[in-house]
Amino acid sequence: MRAQNAIRLTREEQAIGRGERGLGTKLVFEQQLAVAEFFGADRFVPITHVHLSADYEVMGEGGGAWLERWLEHGLQVSVPTTRGTQCIPRGAGERFCTSPQMASGEQETRARLQRLGVTLLDTGSVFQGPLVPLFGEHIAWGDSGAVTYANGALGARSNVESGPAALAAAITGRTPAYGFHLDASRAPTLNVHVTAELQDVADWGALGAVVGRRASGYFSVPFFEIDEGAPSSDDMKHLAAALASYGSIAMFHIAGVTPEAERYREIALSIEQSEIIEADLVGFLEATAPAERAVELVVLGPPELSLREMEAVARLFAGRRVNEEVTVFANTSLVQHAAAHATGTLLTLRDAGVLVLAGTNWYNSEIAASREHFAWRRLLTNSAKLANAVHVLGYEPVLAPTHVCVEAAVSGRLP
Amino acid sequence: MTVNTVYRATQAWGPCVEGTALVALTLFSPRYDLDRYGATFARPGHSCFGESIAERILVCPGVQGGVAGGWAFLMMKARSAGFAALVFADVNPVMVQGAIVAEIPILAGIDRRIFEEIASGMKLLVDPADRSVVVFG
Repeated sequence: MRAQNAIRLTREEQAIGRGERGLGTKLVFEQQLAVAEFFGADRFVPITHVHLSADYEVMGEGGGAWLERWLEHGLQVSVPTTRGTQCIPRGAGERFCTSPQMASGEQETRARLQRLGVTLLDTGSVFQGPLVPLFGEHIAWGDSGAVTYANGALGARSNVESGPAALAAAITGRTPAYGFHLDASRAPTLNVHVTAELQDVADWGALGAVVGRRASGYFSVPFFEIDEGAPSSDDMKHLAAALASYGSIAMFHIAGVTPEAERYREIALSIEQSEIIEADLVGFLEATAPAERAVELVVLGPPELSLREMEAVARLFAGRRVNEEVTVFANTSLVQHAAAHATGTLLTLRDAGVLVLAGTNWYNSEIAASREHFAWRRLLTNSAKLANAVHVLGYEPVLAPTHVCVEAAVSGRLP
Repeated sequence: MTVNTVYRATQAWGPCVEGTALVALTLFSPRYDLDRYGATFARPGHSCFGESIAERILVCPGVQGGVAGGWAFLMMKARSAGFAALVFADVNPVMVQGAIVAEIPILAGIDRRIFEEIASGMKLLVDPADRSVVVFG
């Protein structure tokens, strides 16, 4: 098979292109070649793990039919492949509106993915367990905040892969070598000096949102110099999610923290500087503040809460209960949920009246229908990412630190 | 702007298509901006609020958000309600991958003067082979 433009194909890739690994693999590879040509990739890179987003809510019947065509070709994944969250709840069903079509569609989607060899991990924040990539490891991930975290916080290498592209990489075992698989794309393009205090994951999400808007663009790479304190994994998780959500940013550095920051410090010092002051973050949060103070719905995360975050929320409740007029969801992964169960944290949260969702991100479900059914409108959250995603579904998001969310959950009112 | 203005792009994929422009001047996300079942812009306050996307050519400076576009274009096309073409200045892999899978022509790196000089409703020819958009005056 003649390489398209200047794409150098290995012997195995040429064999795939000739159909020697089957027609289905050839067709999948041709889609990858089209992407490679678009982004000027001159080769492919083998990948060790694929993590894809593929639930019925976003795929619909069109996505299901697409999967079915690949199954008819007898396709199977060739590298370890996991899937992100599902779109129907495990537990807390009484506060969800799940249509029969969504339930059956998700079950069919699960079955199709399993037939392809995909492990249904039902986790978005896979980088917090159970599959943590190594520095320099080439992967093909398809959760935007997870990719940004993997690239920035861990030094792994991935582009943001859509569901079909991630599945293509899983089948062929390779992905086009462009973007963040390459050193050249990982250098900073913007130096961000942060003097604001960052005390809660909501602050880190607000930082990601402000910078995401200022420096939006897939190949934009902010280099953060933060005056006050070093981030935790959970802080960086929210930063990464918001950078991706508000700016489609897939890579970042934090001086003194992330593994490639020192390598790029000289470049960072020589490029355009931007400053984030307290007023920038306060202004971002206050822009969401409502005139009415009554609270009816609180959603913690996404990204999925870690065990540490769930423990912190449990301590904030301090034996108190969610107000009877308020519904509180906490999103977490199956792995973190298991840890919370084993440590008793889950029981504490449930006793407080928190509905803990495992393996389902609340906003991936039919939340427009839920809004109508339960008459929800104002949504209080500590997630900048969630605040960006729910306007279109009729919600009025209010972004606030976690302790404010908990206090409002108990009292039924914003302070 | 003169009759039949040509704007150049730096990256392109897909077949040639003619259609009607739908100009959105804020960063685009299928999940954040669209009613993906009704195939309309549904984000309150959006300049295209209420507009149908079916068979329209989206012209937009850039993108935000996550990976929903990879499946969303396919989902909407299956409902006969997908975009006719996508024209961006800045783009991310998800938009390109989603467009290719759904067989929707896509251009990126478009001359940014297009955002100042055209409006929704104008007739366009998107020619990926030529990496150009022709606006019929």
